[in-house]
Amino acid sequence: MSATLTQPVSAPDHAEGPADAPLTLVEYGDYQCPYCGAAYPVVKRLQKTLGEKLRFVFRNFPLTQAHPYAQVAAEAAEAAALQGKFWEMHDLLFKQQALLEPDIIPTWAEKLGLDLEKLGNDIGHGVVEERIREDRQSGIRSGVNGTPTFFINGARYDGPPDYGSLLSALESELARRSG
Amino acid sequence: MTVLQPGVQAPDFSLSTTPDQKVSLSDFRGQPVVLVFYPADWSPVCSDQLALYNELMPEFSEFAAQIIGISVDGVWCHLAFSKDRKLHIPLLADFEPKGAVARQYGVYREKDGEAERALFVIDDEGVIRWSHVSPVGINPGADGILKALESMAKGE
Repeated sequence: MSATLTQPVSAPDHAEGPADAPLTLVEYGDYQCPYCGAAYPVVKRLQKTLGEKLRFVFRNFPLTQAHPYAQVAAEAAEAAALQGKFWEMHDLLFKQQALLEPDIIPTWAEKLGLDLEKLGNDIGHGVVEERIREDRQSGIRSGVNGTPTFFINGARYDGPPDYGSLLSALESELARRSG
Repeated sequence: MTVLQPGVQAPDFSLSTTPDQKVSLSDFRGQPVVLVFYPADWSPVCSDQLALYNELMPEFSEFAAQIIGISVDGVWCHLAFSKDRKLHIPLLADFEPKGAVARQYGVYREKDGEAERALFVIDDEGVIRWSHVSPVGINPGADGILKALESMAKGE
């Protein structure tokens, strides 16, 4: 039983890199999960190495029982997305993971030049909550088994989440496709 | 050792979940049960299978399913582990005679003295409807369980 992505990457997804890239790496992650924090620079480095060959997609999978601020953080990123600044907030959340707590979100939002009132409304009215719930559901159905869970061109990656292992899995997928 | 397959009546058992409380499979007759055999308490935090199922309690409760973890760890170990990880899932101690229940279900690893990472979905009449054994190092996720519960709910 090899787990595969049930919800294909589509327009509403947060994606970096060309839509027609031969490689798509999807991460289901949690902003308060230390393993996701550790995977953050790994993904950045993979993006740098693979350039236009890689499209990276992030979906929310907050483990709210284990991480009390995971939901708040995911909401902040999704609300920032509604103002066109998903990746800016995403980067900040992971880079400053050690400082994450609900009271710091407005400070960070301000730093990114976000409209705080709109941010608060979008969070308060459940607009972003639904989006996070959908991500979570697609993750569960795709066999997400913890955070981070990666999918390479739709197949769950079960190897270790370090740079070397992920790069070699991505490169062999690239070779398989062109071979 | 042969893993019990769908269609087979799930063997009943009675195991300790706390120092003074026992749980039997037959206690849950009338509702679906998800049996989660796992090798040991205290595996790494975020990639932990039980932490995931703990997180997905709302999804399981939609099917009125009871989820139960079973390993060869003793009750005190289970208690400490549950408390540390804030688990709401009862953990049963297949401790004495060691691994007896895992053996009955065909999921005991003699060499390591631990249970396999195995899942059984049992219907309201105590019949196994789905089973799955994953490689010990691979967390199977929850998609298979939910699919099995869904098809049971549809009466398939």
